[in-house]
Amino acid sequence: MTLLDVRDLRVSYRSSGPAVRGIDLQVQAGEVVAVVGESGSGKSTTAHAVLGLLAAGGRVDGGQVLFDGQDLVGLGERRLRAVRGREIGLVPQDPTVSLNPVKRIGEQVAEVLIIHALADRRTAALDAVELLAAAGLPDPELRARQFPHHLSGGMRQRVLVAIALAAKPKLLIADEPTSALDVTVQRQILDLIEQATRESGTAVLLVTHDLGIAAERASRLIVMSDGRVVETGPTADVLSDPQHEYTRTLLSAVPRIDAAPARPRRTDGRPLLVVEDLAKDFPLGRGRTLRAVDGVSFQVHAGETFALVGESGSGKSTTARLVLRLTDPTAGTVTFDGRDVTRVSGRTLRDLRRHVQVVYQNPFASLDPRFTVAEIVEEPLRVFRVGSRTSRRDRARDLLTRVALPASVLQRRPAELSGGQRQRVAIARALSLQPSLVVCDEPVSALDVSVQAQVLELFAELQDELGLAYLFISHDLAVVRQLADHVGVMQAGRLVEAGPADEIFAAPSHPYTRELLAAVPGTLRSHT
Amino acid sequence: MGRYLARRLLQAVVVLWAAFTVSFAVLYVLPGDPVAIMAGAGTQSSTTDPAQLAALRHQYGLDQPLAVQYWDKLVDALHGDLGRSVVNGSPVSTIIKQNLPATLQLTLLALAFAVLFGSAIALCATYTRARWLRQFLLTLPAAGVSLPSFWVGLMLLQLFSFRLHVFPAFGNNGVRSLVLPALTLAVASSAVIAQLLAKSMDNVLSEPYIETARAKGASRLRIHFRHALRNAAAPALTILGVTFGELITNAVITETVFSRTGLGSVTAQAVQAENIPVVQGVVIVSAVAFVLVNLAVDLVYPLLDPRIVTAGAAR
Amino acid sequence: MTELLARPIAADAVAEPVASRRPITARLARFLASRPGLVISVAFVALVLIAVAGPDLFTSRDPLAAAPTQKLHAPGWHHLFGTDQIGRDMFARVVHGAAQSLRASLLAVLLASVIGSLVGLVSGFAGGWVDGLIMRVIDVLLAIPALLLSLAFVTALGFGTTNVAIAVGLASIARFARIMRAEVLRISTSLYVEAARACGARRYSILARHVLPNAYGPVVALATLQFGLAILAVSALSFLGYGATPPAPEWGSLVAQGRDYLGTAWWLTTLPGLTVAATVLATNRIARAIDGEWSAAR
Repeated sequence: MTLLDVRDLRVSYRSSGPAVRGIDLQVQAGEVVAVVGESGSGKSTTAHAVLGLLAAGGRVDGGQVLFDGQDLVGLGERRLRAVRGREIGLVPQDPTVSLNPVKRIGEQVAEVLIIHALADRRTAALDAVELLAAAGLPDPELRARQFPHHLSGGMRQRVLVAIALAAKPKLLIADEPTSALDVTVQRQILDLIEQATRESGTAVLLVTHDLGIAAERASRLIVMSDGRVVETGPTADVLSDPQHEYTRTLLSAVPRIDAAPARPRRTDGRPLLVVEDLAKDFPLGRGRTLRAVDGVSFQVHAGETFALVGESGSGKSTTARLVLRLTDPTAGTVTFDGRDVTRVSGRTLRDLRRHVQVVYQNPFASLDPRFTVAEIVEEPLRVFRVGSRTSRRDRARDLLTRVALPASVLQRRPAELSGGQRQRVAIARALSLQPSLVVCDEPVSALDVSVQAQVLELFAELQDELGLAYLFISHDLAVVRQLADHVGVMQAGRLVEAGPADEIFAAPSHPYTRELLAAVPGTLRSHT
Repeated sequence: MGRYLARRLLQAVVVLWAAFTVSFAVLYVLPGDPVAIMAGAGTQSSTTDPAQLAALRHQYGLDQPLAVQYWDKLVDALHGDLGRSVVNGSPVSTIIKQNLPATLQLTLLALAFAVLFGSAIALCATYTRARWLRQFLLTLPAAGVSLPSFWVGLMLLQLFSFRLHVFPAFGNNGVRSLVLPALTLAVASSAVIAQLLAKSMDNVLSEPYIETARAKGASRLRIHFRHALRNAAAPALTILGVTFGELITNAVITETVFSRTGLGSVTAQAVQAENIPVVQGVVIVSAVAFVLVNLAVDLVYPLLDPRIVTAGAAR
Repeated sequence: MTELLARPIAADAVAEPVASRRPITARLARFLASRPGLVISVAFVALVLIAVAGPDLFTSRDPLAAAPTQKLHAPGWHHLFGTDQIGRDMFARVVHGAAQSLRASLLAVLLASVIGSLVGLVSGFAGGWVDGLIMRVIDVLLAIPALLLSLAFVTALGFGTTNVAIAVGLASIARFARIMRAEVLRISTSLYVEAARACGARRYSILARHVLPNAYGPVVALATLQFGLAILAVSALSFLGYGATPPAPEWGSLVAQGRDYLGTAWWLTTLPGLTVAATVLATNRIARAIDGEWSAAR
């Protein structure tokens, strides 16, 4: 019997209009179904609508949500509460903010049992410890007494999975359960969900933007776009023979770990940036220090791309800031174009800035909201007093054309542009002084995939035209595969492996590199 | 925990010392000639015999260089000697001791009212699903902050004392005479508490962990009181120290309006008489009150938010 | 990691800007139409300001003219706010009092905002021990309730409207300093300021072009809020008798003078006080609107 049967569901938000425009969706008992879509596709809204947990301003306009034969739409609050947590569990996206910071872990797990009268206070507390153990949490008695901020992101997500499964629900809705986690932890959580639900026969509705995860974990795939279901079917079928135009474009635009690189590799440029034994300590108070960067050495050649890869906390961003001399190293040297720039300041430092520029990850935060695009792009020229006002304006127009933006955006403010457009403005700004090295700190991570592809293309073009060198920082191995000539892998502040890109990807020698590569869902390979 | 407390205690001492210094700077350094002010205390005339002035200056130690004056006064203060009133010569510390209890009674009752009404308004406004009720409840604090407290007191007097004869119009006799002044005092503070707590509750209720609780099947009541309130109360608690200080100060107006004796009316009279030592004494008392309440809040805060003290502890 | 596409690739190349720009007047009209309270508040404050500039527009009576035969008349057609114990027209007194009270409040807010913002700016931008020192002083000033601090200033400076204004202004410096400093710190640590540094911009250029334009919004919102509080403080101090000497019709002293007739002539205390309350309510409403718009735009 169909466990979840969504018929012609329509949801809209007061502020942004219709989000789900009449979809049909089925989940059978014990089945794992993935709903894939991008931001704005309505997949998350659908998941929340099933539980009646729409955000403020959201409303179900029509349709039915039949769960175990009962229509959840229009069900009174009290009856709906009996379903939530008991029959349907929810694993939320971001574990760092989804647990109540002032309550102990054990209490939060036990609460599910108490609310649904499955245990009294004492037994609930004991059951909570067992549930934590089943979720793979080491030392569960200790953890149960702790508060959320004592646990790492991965551990917190295990707690949330334990909470969702505590009352042994029939259906588990996982809303992007791993997108806020590091790649290596992602795999563990997905394994946990898979194992726990298989054992109990719980059906899973997995909402994700990551096609690779969907391909690996789900038996059926539902593709959503712009509030509608575009294609649905068994995973293997959809991936090997996509029927809908959208699904086809989807599959082709994705940066693949095994795809051919964007252009032939370069390996013989002269060293432009040489970093040796770089180290950075941060004081933690009470005499302790955190060594964010620990003895890192690498070279970036003129006209080539050196990619620095690692998870959050690996020290790659700090390394970028050290190279940009936005902060001083505790030890080691930074040499640019033959000159030692480790400790320069004042005018020499400013001169360095003309040759080394930066593009940040967050296109919203790196542009002054009160500046016009013209002012933003011209700022480096103005600061260094290059040319006159008119020549600067001309140059700005030039740069915008380079990054494929129309001259009409010159008078606009960042708030009026889309994410991709803002990032192009940031790139134009970085290019205005004609630098020889551009440090790119996760420049495409905050962008939608379609935009990512275009911006990466832009990076490649500019490198060819202008002979730029890139220090490209990313956690996304597939993106790195496309662009990088050399790759360095960082873990806990150390550079554990470095070398030509092809070698690293084909035959990684360090165990951590192998772990990173293995954690990337790469099953798309077998379906094309 | 011990280190946390020790640090807070040290900060408290620094604040007290600083309050002393600031009041000294304002009252003794700022005016050109404090003696002339004090000698002309209460009188409009400025024609005082220079010899008298000189004698007064000597008596109050104001013919010494400022630094010496400051040091002497500081040492005296540490011994509990806050100088003498220029009006009748009695020690400031005695004046304070005699009048503080009456004002404390008033202030504590007002604080209780303020917390009670303020929280009730905030919790109802954030719980109700009726928009009209929420809007209505939230306009109350907005109005409360805008009303001059002397006017509120007079209006209450008019209504309850003169028209309805429910409460006495003046004096310090008994609990019934406390009610109207305490209500008057409470108006502004309860408005501030209501606004802060309501904003805090709204912020907390939109946090993702509230959604987790809803997904568990928790009822709205449970979420409101057992999840949201504890998180929301913490920021609201931090203004308690400021609130208490404001209450003590506003007693100046309230005690005048209701013709009560207490530290407030003493202050009003002292300013009128330009009685510098007494005014300084009151400033120091309010700083002490502020510091004590803040210390108490600091003790309670970690109980509400476990992230605070243990922030430095290892995982 | 594999990702997904939302729209065909070509579309974003030169995508339409996200927000469209409707004419400003239409937006303003819609904005005001949904906020009747704000409209009334703006209108009322405008009226009061006109009364400050030209009291004769509202009344032709002399606020100081005594007419003992007309004493203690209840509010009516001839005397909108009634008359006091020596026959002066209360409405005229309130209208003329507006000038006194509001000028004092304006002076107080200007003093506090200018000095406070400057201190906050220096503190936030300089950092280090300068910031530490200034913040300690600010913290202490905030530990002493504003009213008490202004009472201390009045004791030192003497009585009179101007002194009251200065006293209230000096007592409010700390709040402005703190807000300005917080804004300066928030902006200085923002990514776009770091990007500006990476472009080679110097400190003062960053201050003038990035920090100040982004920082003044909350300060303006606070200034409007403080205006209402200043009116309350100034009238409280004049109620206690430290303001202008009678027969000057400052609002606070008007209420004080009516105290003796609390049981018999209710209009002497109620109506001037109501005027104060209404003015402060209106300015607070405007302040909330400014603050709301600023934080929404951020």
